[in-house]
Amino acid sequence: MRSAELDRRKVVRALLERRGALLVVAGLGSPAWDCTAAGDHPLTFPLWGVMGSACMIGLGLALAQPKRRVLVVTGDGEMLMGLGSLATIGVQRPANLAVVVLDNERYGETGMQKTHTGYGVDLAALARACGFAETHMVRKSAEIVAMRSGVYGGRGPHFYQVKVKPETLPLALPPRDGMYLKHRFREALLGKVGAQ
Amino acid sequence: MPAKTSRARAVAAVWPDAIHRALKSHGVRQVSYVPDAGHKRLIELCHADKGMKVVPLTTEEEGIGLAAGAWLGGERAALLMQSSGVGNCVNALTLATNCAFPLLVLVTMRGEWGEFNPWQIPMGQAASDALRLMGVRTMRLERAEEAGATVAAAAKLAFEGYGAVAVLISQAMIGVKSFGDKP
Repeated sequence: MRSAELDRRKVVRALLERRGALLVVAGLGSPAWDCTAAGDHPLTFPLWGVMGSACMIGLGLALAQPKRRVLVVTGDGEMLMGLGSLATIGVQRPANLAVVVLDNERYGETGMQKTHTGYGVDLAALARACGFAETHMVRKSAEIVAMRSGVYGGRGPHFYQVKVKPETLPLALPPRDGMYLKHRFREALLGKVGAQ
Repeated sequence: MPAKTSRARAVAAVWPDAIHRALKSHGVRQVSYVPDAGHKRLIELCHADKGMKVVPLTTEEEGIGLAAGAWLGGERAALLMQSSGVGNCVNALTLATNCAFPLLVLVTMRGEWGEFNPWQIPMGQAASDALRLMGVRTMRLERAEEAGATVAAAAKLAFEGYGAVAVLISQAMIGVKSFGDKP
């Protein structure tokens, strides 16, 4: 296997800077910390559990808000636990949804055990087979600009498997009160009255 | 059982229509499902409804995430499944109960009334307790003529009470599945 060059925090910062009206769902563990390191935001819904659910939350949100762009940022382990959701998204084909998997080929929170992608499982190929409009394997920083324009525009659903270095970084923890996270997201998106 | 009157037969045929109307009147816009024979007509009604986005799932727990995402985006969702799917949802239900996401689940029961397939019995018997253990309020639907009112009450509890609610639809009401006519 080729060794990865990309720094996950730099990738996520590049995706979330000047984020405009973007709605974000962050999968549990390092992807949620990466999104928080880029700046905690009311329109980011970070997960602390329910492994395997990130893409489906993104789908429900994308269907409810077809005029907004929705980004799911998650990890390879989290994505592997919800592979069926790729097929479910492939049936709906929401044009406004992008999934970015930060693939370090490890379960980073539990001792850096190898995931299936470390044994060669190709998530981007799975997403392609499920009917995503665009699927890419991203290995170089030069490819981040194109990924960013796919997240913010173009006809989705888009899927990016981003090979990142397997490194343990300082924790950047989002709020973990689920009711608070839900309320602040809805209030920011729907307004005080709409959120009631 | 006494022979059904023609009115009872008519009610038995259209209870899914009453559920569909209850979902409509409570503003449900996303309906996800793993199919069950007991939900056949309701699934068809939802697919035919231009006001509903219908999402077939590969496994029932996907519907818990979908409903949470829908609510974040300002829409109401309902999830249809068979009782065997309840077990697939257990950890995902954390999302609904921990964050107080409204969740409306309609479960058609197997493994409880004249079940012929022993593989359906353990999960069917445990479904109600499994839901309750995870913090989901459960309601029983035993009579076809109460389908609309029960689902409407469950929808109110879910969307106005911000709760996770499952309606367990009795196997006796749906009709017992069998393969052929063994004695």
